Amino acid sequence: MNTKAPARPGRKEQLPERFQSYRHVWVFVEIEEGRVHPVAFELLGEGRKLADALEVELAGVVLGPAGAATDAAVAAAFHHGADTVYLAEHDALASYRNEPYTRALTELVETYQPEIMLLGATTLGRDLAGAVATTLKTGLTADCTELAIDGERSLAATRPTFGGSLLCTIHTRGVRPQMATVRPRVMAMPEPDPERDGRVVRHALDLPEPDFVTKVLDFIADARTDDVNLAYAEVVVAGGMGLQSAENFELVRELAAALGGDYGCSRPVVQKGWLPADRQIGQTGKTIRPKLYIAAGISGAVQHRVGVEGADLIVAINSDPAAKIFEFAHLGVVADALTVLPALTEAVRRRVGVPAPVAAG
Amino acid sequence: MDAVFDHDTDPEDPGRRGLNLVVCIKQVPDSAQIRVHPVTNTIMRQGVPTIINPYDLFALEEAMRLRDQYGGEVTVLSMGPPMAEEALRRALGLGADKAVLITDRRFAGADTLATSYALASALAKLGAERPIDVVFTGKQTIDGDTAQVGPGVARRLGLNQLTYVAAIDLLDRATGEIVVRRRAEGGLQVLSSRLPCLVTVLEGVNEIRRGSIEDMLRAARAEVTVWSAADAGIEDPQQCGLKGSPTLVKRVFAPTPREESAEMVAVDGKRPAQIADAVLDLVFAHAPKLETELGAAPSEKERR
Amino acid sequence: MSEHFDAIVVGAGPAGNSAALVMAKAGLKVLQIERGETAGAKNVQGAILYADALERLIPEFRDEAPLERHVVEQRVWLLDERSHTGAHYRSDDFNEDRPNRYTILRATFDQWFAAKVREAGALQITDTTVTELVRDEGGRVIGVETDRDGAPLYADVVVLGEGVNGLVGQRAGVRPELDPQHVALAVKETIFLSEEAVQDRFNLDGEDEGVVIEVMGSVSAGMVGTGFLYTNRESISLGVGCLLSDFQETQIPAYVLLDRMKSHPSIAPLIRDGETKEYVAHLIPEGGYDAIPNLSGDGWAIVGDAGQFVNSAHREGSNLAMTTGRLAGETVAALKREGLACNEANLKRYRHALEQSFVMKDLKKYRRLPGVLHGNKHLLTAYPRAISQAMQTFLRVDDVDKRSKERRMMSQFRAARGGWWNVFTDALKMARAWR
Repeated sequence: MNTKAPARPGRKEQLPERFQSYRHVWVFVEIEEGRVHPVAFELLGEGRKLADALEVELAGVVLGPAGAATDAAVAAAFHHGADTVYLAEHDALASYRNEPYTRALTELVETYQPEIMLLGATTLGRDLAGAVATTLKTGLTADCTELAIDGERSLAATRPTFGGSLLCTIHTRGVRPQMATVRPRVMAMPEPDPERDGRVVRHALDLPEPDFVTKVLDFIADARTDDVNLAYAEVVVAGGMGLQSAENFELVRELAAALGGDYGCSRPVVQKGWLPADRQIGQTGKTIRPKLYIAAGISGAVQHRVGVEGADLIVAINSDPAAKIFEFAHLGVVADALTVLPALTEAVRRRVGVPAPVAAG
Repeated sequence: MDAVFDHDTDPEDPGRRGLNLVVCIKQVPDSAQIRVHPVTNTIMRQGVPTIINPYDLFALEEAMRLRDQYGGEVTVLSMGPPMAEEALRRALGLGADKAVLITDRRFAGADTLATSYALASALAKLGAERPIDVVFTGKQTIDGDTAQVGPGVARRLGLNQLTYVAAIDLLDRATGEIVVRRRAEGGLQVLSSRLPCLVTVLEGVNEIRRGSIEDMLRAARAEVTVWSAADAGIEDPQQCGLKGSPTLVKRVFAPTPREESAEMVAVDGKRPAQIADAVLDLVFAHAPKLETELGAAPSEKERR
Repeated sequence: MSEHFDAIVVGAGPAGNSAALVMAKAGLKVLQIERGETAGAKNVQGAILYADALERLIPEFRDEAPLERHVVEQRVWLLDERSHTGAHYRSDDFNEDRPNRYTILRATFDQWFAAKVREAGALQITDTTVTELVRDEGGRVIGVETDRDGAPLYADVVVLGEGVNGLVGQRAGVRPELDPQHVALAVKETIFLSEEAVQDRFNLDGEDEGVVIEVMGSVSAGMVGTGFLYTNRESISLGVGCLLSDFQETQIPAYVLLDRMKSHPSIAPLIRDGETKEYVAHLIPEGGYDAIPNLSGDGWAIVGDAGQFVNSAHREGSNLAMTTGRLAGETVAALKREGLACNEANLKRYRHALEQSFVMKDLKKYRRLPGVLHGNKHLLTAYPRAISQAMQTFLRVDDVDKRSKERRMMSQFRAARGGWWNVFTDALKMARAWR
């Protein structure tokens, strides 16, 4: 909703007294079904830079029941750059539920007073961040693509705006912590250091179960495990409206298969109903950071750009030489994707081998 | 504020006539048609049509399905400029029963925190007239993409917060129990909760209906209730609009082009196969490791 | 449950809006049904608004309506492949308090107009298509069916402002099927430019002044048609239209024609670096006076494009739409006031009112034009080229003496049409068609 016009320049806001002692950068370490979401590590990597710029500590926040999964999350937080971990263990935190998690995180913030708190823009992170920010009456910037510290120790959170056609930089004035969410894969995964350790601050919580109306009855794991691969695939091939029909996406799938990678598409393709929403790459879809990204028939709107900029090598195929995608691709081919895609598939099979066909049955 | 949602003290509905459902909708510019001026980087609003935020339509349909099943009524609520009345009228034509617009200059420049304050105030006022069972929203808007207003409203009103709901499996009006399936990372959570609650609806879970000709006539005749901040029971104007927004947009800009522009593969007069080979040559020149990794990839698959 | 209205108006374009506005203001119970998601949604962006026709309906429109620029300069260009020969007329007199012509964007303008109709008390529903006219046993039109669930809607009179390709009238047999020789297919784009760029490129002073360019010649590739370019506040509307029958005959895709026009050396610099926002195709009635169908009958009347009310010689359309809509509305309102039925005999008053107005007078004046152009397509190709050649001969300074140049120009002209006799008959035909 941050689509308002930029404020008048020159307005200085003094941070109220009670917030001036707020220090340190926090990253919420999201655990779903016993597994730390990798976005937490990506955020620790980014949080490290912010903490260093501010000359403060980087802390991870781990909420969960006492047990091996929680312990592993604490250790992993240190490996990925945390100096401190705030740990609150309670059975009420066994599975994610908004009420106990909101209460727990809010209490930690009010007790230990961080100046910045980052969360992953997952369904869990967004559910929690909105509730916590409202409780604390503080600012929350969603889906940031870039985080920086400005001259006044203020967090400059940059995110796409106006339907992904422009970027805007947002600050939080007059209140702390400054909260932001970042989508998975937007930030680089830091190299873990298994030797790294730090200080654990245990915080006891009073979370009586009768206080919580909402109960988790079951968790139905997704039957298809392949669809989560897209965000983490090493090679991604995607198609846009230039492919002209749903049927032509077979060409994209074939090239992706030949490269041992995964496939996706731009937003209009999903809006056309040619591919399901979980194949969408871009700000409102998946963010990818593959070693090789091939974009075929994609014009390259900002909304798409922010989802693929982390790729090591971007190859764009588009018949329009003025397409925006050539502004951020590394290699450009001005040609019809419908003819180049099958030729590429053929060339890849010839030069790096044909992937074995999946056994029948 | 949660007292106004207490059903047991509802004098208006002792026999529990039916559900009172409110759907928060937003009028948004059709993002497919927004253009950015290439030189000045400003948004060109000229002639850009507005639509109901598409995600909100799933929420509206879900609310109408509950109404059709259990009886009751669906109110659509929106905060926006006076022209947002058009979106509410469209929602009436789709089958909603009542519409309320809160509009005030003081709301201008609101971020998500200020927006949730204004909406929560209006919902509290509606709830005081007749207790609300479920507040619905879409999972996010297409112009802001934050998904923050729904949780904000739930928090302010003390409603049980059920986000990214893919299905409502059960709604027991006698006990007030509601069971939903909620989209989580890697699966669906099955949650049991209680009314009153706030549900943000996932996209694609239903298909918005086409209202009958009677719906359309009723919508054309209906009065959209228009409330100012004061009408909506807003006690603290300091919490509205720009004043009530802790976040501040300092800069709006277009992304800078990459320093070096894309290396273009020569295509003139070449056959597709030649182009493909030239592309692969360049790919492997840029990323030498990729060639060996790609060669290894199929064999890994073979092992599986 | 079925509802009864005094009048149902089909369509919320300029014609339907005018009819509905007049009847609602007269206190009639009016229902207006639009198939687009909003009024104007099915219309093509970029158009000329003629103030007079609207002023008669909404005198204060200049204070409220979303207008783009008022026209201070009119250009007429004859194009061959590489040149244009132009006549420009610009006058500061057009910077008057109550300008006569404006450029508008139809989507926003029509929405404003439709809102005025609602304010006047008409009931309006959108996103609803009228599928059939409902008749009683005697064949009298008594209402409409729509594509939504529910009972038919009844009214004393149905005013059809459904546009040139609306199907209700045809299906009900009150309008003939479209003759491809009587309609033009126009393709149009809106191209975004900054306000400053528009003003710089067209020598305009401020954000209100505008230019209109009418283009003839090679732009229609030998077909009967014309092109146009209008300046909006921060965009340019540009398009080309030719008779549908010619498109069918030549098999030239319409977008190709538009692309050629955009890349013409006289036009390309005007739209350079603009961002194309929308591309639309639209039918325009071009049949003129002789193609006008029966305009009314028992319980129905036809207004606007649906009645072929376009003056193609002067590119006038919206003013005829508004005037026909207004006169139909006034007729129905008068019949109601006098307690008379909206039957075939009484509704003839509408036709009589039209005959008295400029609408029928103008259309009658040009009744031969469509036929003449259709049978003499060389008028649009041979002459622009000949004139361009002549201009070059005239303007190039070299060692040829002026008298020889004049002779060469004359012979080029004659050669273009295979002899003076042909030039003479062309002139005669055009003069008679214009008379």
